Amino acid sequence: MRILIIEDDRESADYLVKAFREVGYIADLAGDGEEGLSMAESGDYDVLVVDRMLPKRDGLSLIGALRDKGNRTPVLILSALGQVDDRIKGLRAGGDDYLPKPYSFAELLARVEVLSRRNVGPAEETTYRVGDLELDRLSHRVARGKDELTLQPREFRLLEYLMKHAGQVVTRTMLLENVWDYHFDPQTNVIDVHISRLRSKIDKGFERPLLHTIRGAGYMIRDGIR
Amino acid sequence: MTAFGKLIRTTAFRLTLVYLFLFALFAASLLAYFAWNTRRMITEQITTTVSAEVSEISEIYGRRGLRGLFFTIENRALRPGANLYLVTTPTGQAIAGNVGSLAPGVMGTEGWSETAYRRLDEQDNAYHRALVNVTQLSGGFRLLIGRDLEERRRLFGIVAKAAQWSILVVVVLGIAGGIFVARRVLQRIDAMTGTAQRIMAGDLSDRLPVGRSGDELDRLASNLNAMLERIEALMVGLKEVSDNIAHDLKTPLTRLRNRAEEALAKSGCEADYRAALERTIEESDGLIRTFNALLMIARAESGQARGNMDNFDAADVAEGIHELYEPLAEDGGLTLRLKTISTPLHGNRELISQALANLVENAIKYGKPDEPKSAEKGAVISLDAKQILIEARREGDQVLLSVTDRGPGIPEGERKHAMERFVRLDTSRSQPGSGLGLSLASAVATLHGGELRLGDAHPGLVATLVLPARASDRLAAPTADVPQKVA
Repeated sequence: MRILIIEDDRESADYLVKAFREVGYIADLAGDGEEGLSMAESGDYDVLVVDRMLPKRDGLSLIGALRDKGNRTPVLILSALGQVDDRIKGLRAGGDDYLPKPYSFAELLARVEVLSRRNVGPAEETTYRVGDLELDRLSHRVARGKDELTLQPREFRLLEYLMKHAGQVVTRTMLLENVWDYHFDPQTNVIDVHISRLRSKIDKGFERPLLHTIRGAGYMIRDGIR
Repeated sequence: MTAFGKLIRTTAFRLTLVYLFLFALFAASLLAYFAWNTRRMITEQITTTVSAEVSEISEIYGRRGLRGLFFTIENRALRPGANLYLVTTPTGQAIAGNVGSLAPGVMGTEGWSETAYRRLDEQDNAYHRALVNVTQLSGGFRLLIGRDLEERRRLFGIVAKAAQWSILVVVVLGIAGGIFVARRVLQRIDAMTGTAQRIMAGDLSDRLPVGRSGDELDRLASNLNAMLERIEALMVGLKEVSDNIAHDLKTPLTRLRNRAEEALAKSGCEADYRAALERTIEESDGLIRTFNALLMIARAESGQARGNMDNFDAADVAEGIHELYEPLAEDGGLTLRLKTISTPLHGNRELISQALANLVENAIKYGKPDEPKSAEKGAVISLDAKQILIEARREGDQVLLSVTDRGPGIPEGERKHAMERFVRLDTSRSQPGSGLGLSLASAVATLHGGELRLGDAHPGLVATLVLPARASDRLAAPTADVPQKVA
């Protein structure tokens, strides 16, 4: 995966480039808005990570210019302005995801991976499969092996989101945003409780667990052997 | 600018000039109307008397002939202040009367005319004006009866003089009044400006002088004072927040630093380092959360989060939060109950959801009864000891979103205190949390023109977000309640 990081703070930019390279991705760096725009236009990137406040051209106008030229590369906006209205402004400007600073790299990585998949992934499938777990999005049926599972509507949506991003880490915040559509930060482990309920339904009594907790990051659904 | 220049530039003075002009115009037209009417009345009176006399004398002439006419005229002409009389022969010779001379041609025209004349007993050049009537009598004689117009002229003179004086007095008094009013206004404005400058120089506790008349300037001053009150409250709040941040953020930062230092000093194995780093990340995550909550409160309190207002159903918000927290409550051995009535609401959905989430989190954390016992008699809401109730309903023009628990509650005296930033009541110190949940909920309610109400659920706590049904109508004026200082 090729990632372009457009960030003017040298230290955090270098940290990001290094961290992305360590997990095996190609990461390039642009130090200001103009440079970032020309690199984003010429380079063949899978995801752009754009800081909102940049010299020469600010992040939102950069995204606007890209979108105007028909460039659909997924963009993740990084911003010190973490509030709800700023997030909405960012998404309206053409961003695909928004992450307030300070962030953890695990959160950023998980979101970038989901975004890159969105770009190249096939059209929405009607059935998701992970190991012997099967979820039919049309009939809302979930089955593990031969057993039919009964899920609450919200549990179904939670599982659907996890399976859509099977093999990828999804963070608690991502779940709260995408499954519940809340953008605030609960002070309690409310998501963990939902996950453990779901886990008890899909993994309990089965030899091989599919829903894994990724320490310090979030959750991932995948077939045990990989 | 000179003091006088400043004075005549005031709105009060300019308004005075306009009024002055209008009033003078009004007075002048009133006098003109009066004069014209009087003149008409006098003329009418003259014509009536003269006409009566003409017919009387014609009748005498008809009855007693020329001789009778002659004596009557001569007799009447000699009375003091008499009318004008003149009788002429067919050849135009005067034979009786008191008129010495007339403008030429007057005797030739029958009927009414205005003319200059001289009395017989007066000097040659003492001409006056008169209104006269000339009648043709039988036998070619002509009779002139008229009345002097001196009275009318004098009256006119009086009116004209009155007009001059009154307009002069109006102008002088008006300008003096204008200067007086303008100076008064100017003095008050100068006082306000002075106060404003002192306030800008840093003395936020100063207030504008408010008079007792309750006029527009007083209302303006008291409104500005209310604004200053609000600004001061915000400043005090800001100072309080920075003090609290200094205290409540420095403590975990110190802990963080100590741990890092300790890990560095101890030459431990990799596992030790790892554990220390993990704790460091955890601690900094907590710090970030606290920081975000603080920013959110600050934005809600300053009214910046007023964008993104839309219409939605309060029941949906309650259901969403119920759905999110229901498993968590169950894990804590509590049941989350829901009771909603569809209630339209206008506001920031995200913020209201978060406020309600905070109330539910609090109820889950602190809402466990001390010892399992069922609700006291006379409990307002029938709720089992281990239940928490989320409720959405409408009451008059208010939308109520409330969370009721059966925990120990908050004593009445501590409720206001509990809503302040970073305040953690003694009973909750042992629990994790930032102490910002209730302040955020309260700030969100205030933003929408409502309030957070903490009450007694006998036993337990009922926390209610009271929001106006049409929050948008009341967004204009946030109430200026001064936050209490945290000891």
